[in-house]
Amino acid sequence: MSGQTGPVTPAPAPLAYDDEVIRKFVVATIFWGVVGFTVGVLIAFQLAFPALNLDLEWTSFGRLRPVHTSAVIFAFGGNILLATSLYVVQRTSRVSLFGGSATAHVIFWGYQIFIVMAALSYVLGYSQSKEYAEPEWFIDLWLTIVWVIYLVVFAGTILIRKEKHIYVANWFFLAFIVTIAMLHIINNLAVPVSMTGAKSYILWSGVQDAMTQWWYGHNAVGFFLTAGFLGIMYYFIPKQADRPVYSYRLSVVHFWSITFLYIWAGPHHLHYTALPDWTQTLGMTFSVMLWMPSWGGMINGFMTLSGAWDKLRTDPILRFLVTSVGFYGMSTFEGPLMSIKAVNALSHYTDWTIGHVHSGALGWNAFITFGALYYLVPRLWGRERLYSLRLVNTHFWIATMGIVLYISSMWVSGIMQGLMWRTYDQLGFLQYSFIETVEAMHPYYIIRGLGGVLFLLGSLIMVYNLIMTIKGRVRNEAPMGGQVTAPAAAAN
Amino acid sequence: MTLETLYEIARSTWVIWMVMLFVGIVLWAYLPRNKKRFEEDANIIFKDEGNGV
Amino acid sequence: MHKILEKNLILLIGAILVTVSIGGLVQIVPLYTMESTIEKVDGMRPYSPLELAGRNIYIREGCYLCHSQMIRPFRDEAERYGHYSLAAESMYDHPFQWGSKRTGPDLARVGGKYSNDWHVAHMVDPRSVVPESIMPGYSFMADRQLSYLNMDDHLYTLRQVGDPYSDDQIRSAVSDVGTQANGENGDVDAFLARYPKAAIGDFDGNPDKVTELDALIAYLQILGRMVDFTTYKPEMNRR
Repeated sequence: MSGQTGPVTPAPAPLAYDDEVIRKFVVATIFWGVVGFTVGVLIAFQLAFPALNLDLEWTSFGRLRPVHTSAVIFAFGGNILLATSLYVVQRTSRVSLFGGSATAHVIFWGYQIFIVMAALSYVLGYSQSKEYAEPEWFIDLWLTIVWVIYLVVFAGTILIRKEKHIYVANWFFLAFIVTIAMLHIINNLAVPVSMTGAKSYILWSGVQDAMTQWWYGHNAVGFFLTAGFLGIMYYFIPKQADRPVYSYRLSVVHFWSITFLYIWAGPHHLHYTALPDWTQTLGMTFSVMLWMPSWGGMINGFMTLSGAWDKLRTDPILRFLVTSVGFYGMSTFEGPLMSIKAVNALSHYTDWTIGHVHSGALGWNAFITFGALYYLVPRLWGRERLYSLRLVNTHFWIATMGIVLYISSMWVSGIMQGLMWRTYDQLGFLQYSFIETVEAMHPYYIIRGLGGVLFLLGSLIMVYNLIMTIKGRVRNEAPMGGQVTAPAAAAN
Repeated sequence: MTLETLYEIARSTWVIWMVMLFVGIVLWAYLPRNKKRFEEDANIIFKDEGNGV
Repeated sequence: MHKILEKNLILLIGAILVTVSIGGLVQIVPLYTMESTIEKVDGMRPYSPLELAGRNIYIREGCYLCHSQMIRPFRDEAERYGHYSLAAESMYDHPFQWGSKRTGPDLARVGGKYSNDWHVAHMVDPRSVVPESIMPGYSFMADRQLSYLNMDDHLYTLRQVGDPYSDDQIRSAVSDVGTQANGENGDVDAFLARYPKAAIGDFDGNPDKVTELDALIAYLQILGRMVDFTTYKPEMNRR
């Protein structure tokens, strides 16, 4: 995971950006992506074949599932957010990083240590058992310090910028950094049992803890996986398409409405629970409203290509980026739908939720990350083009098939399980025992696992492609789209 | 008029304030005289002059 | 106004913070100030030290990832699991363990539904009692000595975050573990006065030592059994 040795620095330029640390973040993104996908595949098959739990304490589903979620969200997603935000803020402010390369490296190593500590702690049996906020108090403190340094470097770079206007991608990154800091601190307030032990008790309890947790949990989706990644969208899609964003004015409205509306949506994770009804209704209302700005943003991403749709045929990198926006639109339609109480009564507690999360995480977050990685690696390592565009294309189709298998199997199993739980026989008794509904899930768990295998396979193709690119190799292949163009023209 | 009553008014009418604020942002964003400026802002990403463009 | 905002970083950060604070303030703060948030019920008490140790194992293993502890007010859930869950029933839970997924069944009222022997067999090898189960086995818990010599510190910490443990309960926390886990040593009556309805006995069938399995089963056996539903009046708790 350490930085590549001896990267070829590009030819001297008028302004030297701090790109060394961004190369490291890129390598870390790729590494943790493969780790996260692999653990995901393992735990998916544990649900189909429980023997894979090995009946060892360190390898049970309960301990590995947080390893999977933390690795993909905070390690894979977090590293690409750090990489792209620090890359974009330099180029749209036209200055190098505030605090210089050394401070940026403190963020890099601090963040990787956070990830390793978190993953090890779950496996060894230290967890707060708050979903997506599992790390214990001392790891939370560590992350808080790293995050504050990140905010200082990012905001500092904006402060010393040479451009009058702050580009909209930076607003999204800023909202992501600031809001995640607020959520992380409040949701994790805890009193340790002893200063030398890992165990702590969270300040909140019961229904208040539930509300605080899902205020955090939903906005980890809203600001980590949405606002931050929209920052990626607003820079990399226009750059790769070589045309400005469709409507900058729409992006302003998009930003403020997303920022305001998302924070209210948390209670939809607690429908029909002991949370007071007024809170649930409020959460549902705002979740449904969120559909509009989400699709406004989707349209803005899509329409950036208007007049240049043919590029999709020849540029698989752009295809990754644009498809991710499509999945963003799909999951931001499904989300409000599932937040309607009548739908949630069926979908809650089932695999439908898992499928929904993955259409967002695999389709939106991972696809836009792949697009950004394919964009960044040749530029950061000073290569003229990628090793192979055809392999990008292969990656795209294998990963897409994986997602289709994943989300369609989870739709079927989720809706089926929800219906089986509430089915009555002619005599008015519950028709199915719980274990019968578990048994019925088995084939779908296998299909889901296979979908995950395809997705992992695609990412390994990417790893190979990027390693060859960094080595400076160029694959001898026919250009994409059957056009007779020079390979270099297709890459950039 | 005390601070209490001001707070009460703010609490019962916050939805209206929010809608007004939102309409304000939309109007401002789509004001014809701001059009050119936003077009320039959208092109910031192409003004980049450093390494690894 | 926005013109200034988009060029002034500090103002932009301030505006973002205000924008994202409103929702949290409106949704979270009233849950603390409105008395109707948590129902008035009889019978709720903080966990006994052994139950608490078991709960910490439940938390450590991430059981909430597959088991919810929140029964919704639907007919099928009432028939499958029992009375819908009340906010009061998790008022001493730091953190809450309502969960968001039912890969396995809800456990909010699992207390008293199965015998200790069933739980032992099920935890050691789930498929020995439920052949189609996909739950991992936890045989190591049956061998491992429970670490409980600092349970008084745990109770003390929980008092700091709001649970009403008395000085008496904190003082006898360590010995109460032994009392509950074998029922012979110690003053059972005094223990039950401190923790009404607590299940007492050698939970894991191994009287030689207090294991992690003892603690976990003690926790599972109290789940959903504290509130006295004969005195609970839902119409008094309209929310």
